[in-house]
Amino acid sequence: MPHDGHDHTEPPSDIALRVKSLESLLVEKGLVDPAALDALVDRYEHRVGPQNGKKVVTRAWTNPDYLQWLRDDPNAAIGDFGFTGRQGEHMVIVENTPEVHNLVVCTLCSCYPWTVLGLPPVWYKSAPYRSRAVSEPRGVLAEFGTALDDDVEIRVWDSTSEMRYMVIPERPAGTGGWSAEDLETLVTRNAMIGVEKAKKPADAPGAAA
Amino acid sequence: MNGAHDLGGMHGLGPINPEPETEERRFHYDWERSAFAVTIATAMLGRWNIDVSRHSRERQHPIDYLKNSYYENWFAGTKTLLVETGLVTTEEIAQGRALTPPTDPESIKVPGPDEVLNAVKAGRRADLDDVVTPALATGDKVRVKNFHPIGHTRAPRYTRGRVGTIERLHGVHIFPDTHKDGVVEGYTLYCVRFDAAELWGADADGPGAVFVDLWEPYLDPA
Repeated sequence: MPHDGHDHTEPPSDIALRVKSLESLLVEKGLVDPAALDALVDRYEHRVGPQNGKKVVTRAWTNPDYLQWLRDDPNAAIGDFGFTGRQGEHMVIVENTPEVHNLVVCTLCSCYPWTVLGLPPVWYKSAPYRSRAVSEPRGVLAEFGTALDDDVEIRVWDSTSEMRYMVIPERPAGTGGWSAEDLETLVTRNAMIGVEKAKKPADAPGAAA
Repeated sequence: MNGAHDLGGMHGLGPINPEPETEERRFHYDWERSAFAVTIATAMLGRWNIDVSRHSRERQHPIDYLKNSYYENWFAGTKTLLVETGLVTTEEIAQGRALTPPTDPESIKVPGPDEVLNAVKAGRRADLDDVVTPALATGDKVRVKNFHPIGHTRAPRYTRGRVGTIERLHGVHIFPDTHKDGVVEGYTLYCVRFDAAELWGADADGPGAVFVDLWEPYLDPA
């Protein structure tokens, strides 16, 4: 949530004026092409997002050969969908099991696998998440309503390099025979960061019964 | 540098209070779109790299870094780099208009929409083809150096002096500490596993571990 709490109906804030002023200056000086700015916003607001990661997860759930490919060569396996590019050049997948739960953070900035999850949510980039995910992961998970058994090992992946981590959540019970399309309704973006588990069939109305 | 960006293990920053995923918007204000796109597009002018860019945000005053929203920090860093590389002046930023002639189009290549999209789709790998023999192997115990560089580093404070185990090798990656100065040199990058109790002692909140990607110069055998 933006820290100043203003909504869109109020007059432009100081930061809005300063950013727009810099953008106009750069256009006037011929240092940015406004059409290029629009193209970047369009791509990352509308075209790249968690819908990509959901396809990777459901194929991993339904195709053991694909899961093995993801383990052995994640860039190629994810690239098979065409999900390649900036902030996804060096992918690693980490798999949740009944004994191990994985959680991804970037304590130093906001590194995140754009190619499969899009731009990170505000909370992922926030100081509270970045400070606590490494030292207090159970408390962090509890804030997302996620409770794990006391003996589950939590593995936190701090994205300090250009390696980018995506969690493959556990496939929920009772989904045998589901199509990939229906399975996608159970995969949340938060589950692919590791702050939640995949949804149970009962929590995904509209999916296959 | 031991800046406000190095947040791992810090206390007192409040609850996470996440927006529900189903109600989330990608950008919350129109100026965030502009701050995002201007930052990506000006980086493509080739005057700075990703580590220079990260360092421009983290060397803000700690109070500013923590007070700013995320895209305010992007905006602050981009402004700093535009001035430091001479692309614009502080006076021009203050007045919001060009005071020196527009940049000679012959001297600088401004990417258009197709070029920016091709660039982000292609990405830019951070590993190098250098042939380097790793000094460490999977399973080795290592201790992160107790060092406090003033410049850019990607060794979080909470790992320094701590003992971990090499989990895997990622190959030879550009070393951020010198990349910040424009130098491209490669060192082996390791994924190091630290048990939660090694990092947080008795305050660790359950069985677990933190995995951190660390370059060879950060590590000593333990």
